[in-house]
Amino acid sequence: MKYLHLIWAALFRRKTRTILTLVSIITAFLLFGMLDAVRTSFNQAGQSANGAQRLQTGSKLSFIQTLPSALGAQIAQVPGVKMVTYANWFGGAYQDPHNQVFSFAVDNNYVDLYPEMDVSAAERKAFDDTRTGVLVGEKLAKRFGWKVGDKIPMQSTIFPNRQGDKNWNFDIVGIIHSKDKKAGAFFDAMMLLHWKYFDETTPYNQGNVGWYVTRVTDVNQADRVAKAIDAISANSDHETRTQTEQAATASWMKQLADIGLIVGSIMGAVFFTLLLLSGNTMMQAVRERTSELAVLKTIGFPSGSVLSMVLAESVLLVLLGGVIGLGLATVVVPALAAGSGGMLNLPGVGANTWVLGLVLMVVIGLLVGLLPALRAMRLNIVDALAGR
Amino acid sequence: MGTLIDIRDVSKVYERGKQKVEVLHGVNLAIEQGDFLALMGPSGSGKTTLLNLIGGLDSPTGGNITVGGQRIDQLGGGQLARWRAQHVGFVFQFYNLMPMLSAQRNVELPLLLTKLSASQRKQNAAVALKLVGLDDRSSHKPSELSGGQQQRVAIARAIVSDPTLLVCDEPTGDLDRQSAEEVLGLLRELNREHGKTIVMVTHDPKAAEAANHILHLDKGTLVEQATA
Repeated sequence: MKYLHLIWAALFRRKTRTILTLVSIITAFLLFGMLDAVRTSFNQAGQSANGAQRLQTGSKLSFIQTLPSALGAQIAQVPGVKMVTYANWFGGAYQDPHNQVFSFAVDNNYVDLYPEMDVSAAERKAFDDTRTGVLVGEKLAKRFGWKVGDKIPMQSTIFPNRQGDKNWNFDIVGIIHSKDKKAGAFFDAMMLLHWKYFDETTPYNQGNVGWYVTRVTDVNQADRVAKAIDAISANSDHETRTQTEQAATASWMKQLADIGLIVGSIMGAVFFTLLLLSGNTMMQAVRERTSELAVLKTIGFPSGSVLSMVLAESVLLVLLGGVIGLGLATVVVPALAAGSGGMLNLPGVGANTWVLGLVLMVVIGLLVGLLPALRAMRLNIVDALAGR
Repeated sequence: MGTLIDIRDVSKVYERGKQKVEVLHGVNLAIEQGDFLALMGPSGSGKTTLLNLIGGLDSPTGGNITVGGQRIDQLGGGQLARWRAQHVGFVFQFYNLMPMLSAQRNVELPLLLTKLSASQRKQNAAVALKLVGLDDRSSHKPSELSGGQQQRVAIARAIVSDPTLLVCDEPTGDLDRQSAEEVLGLLRELNREHGKTIVMVTHDPKAAEAANHILHLDKGTLVEQATA
């Protein structure tokens, strides 16, 4: 600690260069914080106590393949199944194709399988009774200024109606409130419409459903139940794959993109560039201070101390930028999530991200400082003082 | 007073690429404790090499160097560093202060290697700065001081840990006459009143006059000994 002022002074010997390097480190760790939040968000999808009691059954081939609606009755007969429902992706957008809405055409009992959602009894009844009725999430309603009783025109990015255009009209009959605002933010941003209305309106569907959701009576029997459900369609033209909600979500996400790989690749490239950039800065900084380091060794600083000081300087540089960057991400990520009106369900920069970030900062700092520190340690005093 | 530095048959050979250059050949020299010795000689005569060997910055190729009863030619790198920190103060031609530190912090540097507390370090540095007449400039950075003042800060840094030996390499080489006189006066004072043994390399005959003895080196050999 008694060398701290010396290390700090050396770090800011060339203020402009140090600040520019800090800016790049801040940017790298801001990006790391944000991308890690995205990765965590994808990993957390489907993870909940209720999710453990639910199984999802989709086509074995691909999540865009549909299943016959008759399968629902057969699934309901499987021992251990408490309740079955089904849903279909609708792909709705409001006013502008950029205003995408998480919208699903669902069976009437869909809400019963998701106790994470809170819908008042009156609104639930109105939904059951209204063919064109929709339930919309609290945040979604707020985002577009909707209220119960509004008639809203929607466009489906996938399904046309029988007139051949993709315009659909709905009546808002209720608002979905997620019970856990943090973990269940997704429910606040979704829209549920009647599968029956959807099926009758689009010529594309013809009695098929996207996937089934099953609630099991005993979580410990989930594996057996899943196998029994898949056995129903074995060797048919619509073979199924039944998984826990968490596994199904992960599999579905993976079919969209391997977020972990994408995030890892981006961050790998960013940190590699950071290594080169900061390494160059540290090499330059040490080269410029050759005679000063030689003086330190002359007055008796051991080579090990000189090595440690240069390493500490390098780690301090990366820590300083990294903590600011990750701190910014901690503020920016929730702000982005809040500003997206529920479209982005980012979990915020948590303790795990901070621990991983701090480890990365120290490792990068040590790597960046290693070569210049070794050079400083091996400095020959006589040669350095003579300017050789 | 007894002999502080005893140099016996010292030689130094540098390897420059494939060439071997013998800079010192069989130098024998004894320096008394409390002496002020000036080493003179043309460029390349080996005076800075001899000074570096005396100060423990380099090791001889052959021969013995004993300082204060200790064979420093037998010490390893880490031991030499510790020995320098305890026994030697260095003054360079171009002051070699840390540009980003204040005069006070520069003077405190050698004390970072001791077990003194921060307040004791500060206090000792203040005493050293007062001794060189710069107690009112303690918060100034080197760039805010004249050359003479910077050299006086360097002298304060050299004496702050109370070493036995001061090793000065052209301490007035970069100064105007008046500043040089001030620095030489300060070195004389440290020698006479504080009993510091000083070995100074200089090209300047006037600077050499400040010393008690002058030795001349030529082509790596002591050629003449005079008393100032």
